[in-house]
Order: sequence, then structure tokens, then C-alpha cells
Amino acid sequence: MSEATSEPSVLSEATSEPSVLSEATSEPSVLTETRTARAAQPVAGGEPVLDYTADEMRTVAAARALRDGAVCFVGIGLPSTAANLARRLHAPNLVLIYESGTLDTRPELLPLSIGDGILADSALTVVSVPEVFNYWLQPGRIDVGFLSGAQLDRYGNINTTVIGEYDEPSVRLPGSGGAPEIAASCGEVMIVMRHRLRAFVSGVDFITSLGHGSGPDDRRRLGLTGAGPLRVITDLGVLEPDPETRELTLTGLHPGITVEQVRAETGWPLAISGEPLVPTPAPTTRELELLRSLRTVGQ
Amino acid sequence: MAEIKTLSEAVAQLVHDGDSVALEGFTHLIPFAAGHEIIRQGRKNLTLIRMTPDLIYDRMIGAGCASKLVFSWGGNPGVGSLHRMRDALSHGWPVPLKIEEHSHAGMANRYVAGASGLPFGVLRGYAGTDLPAHTDTISTVTCPFTGEQLAAVKALNPDVAVIHAQRADREGNVQLWGITGVQKEAVLAAKRSLVTVEEIVDTLEPVPGAVLLPSWVIDAVALAPGGAKPSYAYGYYERDNAAYKAWDAVSRDRQRFAAWLKELVA
Repeated sequence: MSEATSEPSVLSEATSEPSVLSEATSEPSVLTETRTARAAQPVAGGEPVLDYTADEMRTVAAARALRDGAVCFVGIGLPSTAANLARRLHAPNLVLIYESGTLDTRPELLPLSIGDGILADSALTVVSVPEVFNYWLQPGRIDVGFLSGAQLDRYGNINTTVIGEYDEPSVRLPGSGGAPEIAASCGEVMIVMRHRLRAFVSGVDFITSLGHGSGPDDRRRLGLTGAGPLRVITDLGVLEPDPETRELTLTGLHPGITVEQVRAETGWPLAISGEPLVPTPAPTTRELELLRSLRTVGQ
Repeated sequence: MAEIKTLSEAVAQLVHDGDSVALEGFTHLIPFAAGHEIIRQGRKNLTLIRMTPDLIYDRMIGAGCASKLVFSWGGNPGVGSLHRMRDALSHGWPVPLKIEEHSHAGMANRYVAGASGLPFGVLRGYAGTDLPAHTDTISTVTCPFTGEQLAAVKALNPDVAVIHAQRADREGNVQLWGITGVQKEAVLAAKRSLVTVEEIVDTLEPVPGAVLLPSWVIDAVALAPGGAKPSYAYGYYERDNAAYKAWDAVSRDRQRFAAWLKELVA
């Protein structure tokens, strides 16, 4: 699934309870997030920006990474928010495809579920579920698969199935949904997640969706056509696979975040590449205002 | 030819203890009224098949209707977990539940194979993932032309498919539109089928992109206005997102669920 984040992140992103409050006060819809990075950052030109949360930084960074005109298979929750933000910013021609079969959909509000009516209303066309997977995803027509997960490991493998053993899990997660084939067949995969030690693990408990497997040869050996995860955008920074080993390395830091903070939340010895690290520009006022104006259906 | 029946008659005739049953509808047109009627009639030991179990199977599992679940994504969309499903899996409450787990693409191709009269479906899927080690209806097949190894999934041929549609005519021809999911494949793959509808009309006016299922592939059509709530029927009513969120608290707690169930069957 693309629809497959662990419940807390979906919950706070898509359905944060203080939505009434948010409406009334123009506060971000991520008030439930505990970690905040509310240091106002100057931007080029000296224009002061609004305070923002780490989640907002992550969503804005993910939106920026989507190029205009790309065809994007979107999971619900964090990916959906970022993709719809990108469409309102620099990427008006971004083609959004949801696994419910809605092709080139342009919802005015964010959907709560993968198959909300608003996605059908605003789609260029709606196709059946077998068709969206067989005709559109499988042959490689999609440029970017946009996923999230409960666990991610050093090779970008994603777990949305179980924490612990499959037969007796400590946490039963929703499962695969569309994610395994999105991860296999999209031109590339972009992952957006909260950067926490329990989620960024050395090896996932269950490979629901293959990243780079156990190293550089696995995807080719398995005959996978897509390049796999090329970027992981978190609330702390950006990780990209090492060109040789395919292990995820730190390539970018969000404002106010240190390498030590990222390493403390990462379950493998995180290498740094491309020094100096690319600093993420802080969200602009326009980016934040647009993000905060996005409303979920029914809220 | 489909016979037009009451929902109660149709469920009594078509859904039996021990059957494999697919109630399909991908977020849209989920046949809740039929699922609730199956609960009321006390069906047991069902194999429940559905890509996204959703609230409908959370309820049927919590009511003790199911001994097995075949699925590909088991969450409450945009909200969180299906707690009755989790309770059955981890504690066997109210009865133990076995699972057969796939991806969406795998399930879709299983329905396509079933509808096509083929023993299995072929896809580029599951490669490098851990699911094939746990699911014996996932295997591989070698292409006879290129030698390429591909995923093979066993066809689904449920005893009964149950779907909800916008409308039927008096002959029992069925029309549905909007997000149409895998309903056509599920009906054509199944041995028997039941369709609940928002309304029965004299003439089915054409609708762009609609799926039309002829009367002669359907066993029974039952009138059930609002029968997809709290999911939605495109053109009739919207998804009740508040109800999906409210279900979380009911589903988390056995006693609150029991109270909900008592009210349903009363």
C-alpha cells in the first residue's frame, strides 16, 4: 500500500483531531506532532518566514522533489498531501494516479481514503483496479512511485505488514496494498516518512516492498524494471542510496537539524555522502500557506 | 436471469455457512447492507475474500462469521487499524481467523483469472518480497516464449460474490459507475452472485464509464437504498468519513463492539 503507513502518521497527517481548531486559527493540521522545529529561518533575500513544524518541512521538501509533468502513483496520507501541494506550487502538470483507478486526478480537497469520490470527480478518467495495475503500473508508464511505511531499512526495503514474526506479530500492520508492485515497476520510488529510530531499522522485520534488497545487484537479478528508492525524505533530512552499495546515506539536512540528531534516529551506522551536506531551504511563506490551506474531505 | 428479491431472501438463498464469499467494492459501493444481513442471519465459518477488508469485514469478523480472511490491505483507510480483525488474529476472538495475504495487484489478477476461466493469473509482482514464503497461492511461472520468470497467483472463484451498485432495471441488469474496482471480475469469477442496488428503474440510462452486468450472470438483485453506507454511492451520497473515524473507538473495545452488534441484530 501505498496506503500503508503505520497508523499514527496517517492519523495525524490526514485526520488530526484539532481540525476544527485548524480551520478557525489557520494553524497547521499537524498540531498532534510532538517534535517541532519552530525556529524561524531566514530565507534568501532576508524575507522572514512563518514558524513551521518538522512535519511541514518534510511535506514541503517532498513536494519540491516532484518535477512538473511527472506521472506519479500516489499513496494516501503523507504522499498524497505532498503530491497535491506540489501540484499547487511548481508542478501544475503533475499527473496523479491513485490505486483506485483514478488517472490524472486533480482534487480540490485532500482525500481521506484512496477511493474518495472527489478523486473520481476530478479525474481525467477512472479505470478498474485490474487495469490500473496491469495496464498503467506494470509496463512502466509511471515515473515516480510515492510511498510511506512503518519500517524502512538501510537498503530502502519497506515493511507495512508486521512488526515481529509473521505468524505471531507484536503489531499487525495493514499489509501490502499496491506498494510491492509500485516499488517494483515505477521508474523510481520516493519515500516520505517520519525519521524515528523504531522506523529506521537496520533490517526490516518483513519485506513488504523491495527497495534495493541486500545490495546493488538484487533488483537487476530479480528482473525489476524500476530503479527503486532514489530518495527518502524525512522530517530531519534527505537520504539517498550510495551509488555503489545502494545503502541509504545522508545527503541533505533540514534547517536546524544536526547530523547527530539524524544518526540518533537511524538504526544503522549512517554514512554521509556529498559533503558538505545539502541544506534544505526552509519552507517559504507561500509553501506554508498553501500547505496549511489544504483541507481533507469532510473536515 | 437475476430474480429480484428482498435482501433477507437473497442472503438466505445464496450465502451458506462455510462458503467462500467476496463482498467487493474498492472504497466505493461497499455492500454494507448485505454484510449486515449476513451477520443478522448468523452465518459462520465463512472464508471472507476482499482486497480491503474495511469496516465491513471488521464487523463480520467481530460478529464471528469468518474462519478465514483473504485480503491485500487491512486497515481503516485514513484512520488506522481494523481492531476486530487484529483481535481475531492475535487472540482468536470471537473465533480464530486464518489469513491468506496478497498484494492488490495479486488479488486483482486472481479475480481476473477467475473471471476468465483460467486456473491462475500472471503478473510482475512479489519479486524479492517476503509474502510468497507465507502465502501458498503465490508461485512463479516461466514464460514459454522468453524464459522470463513471472509471478503466478491462483485464480479466485468464490462461492458467492456480493456487490452494491447504483441501479438495476426490472430485468435485473445492473449498472454501476464511478470507481468500479474489481466488482465486474468478482461477479464473473463467482459461482453465485447477489447485487444490492440503490434503486430499480424502468430503463438504465447510459452513464459514461459505467460497468453493466447483464441479468443472466447474476442470481439475485435486492433493493437496498443507502446499502453502501458508511462508504458511498457515487451520484447518490458521499462517503461518511466521520463514521469511519468513529468506528475506531467502537472497534477497539470488545464491549463497545458487542453493544454495536446487539443493536444491529435487534
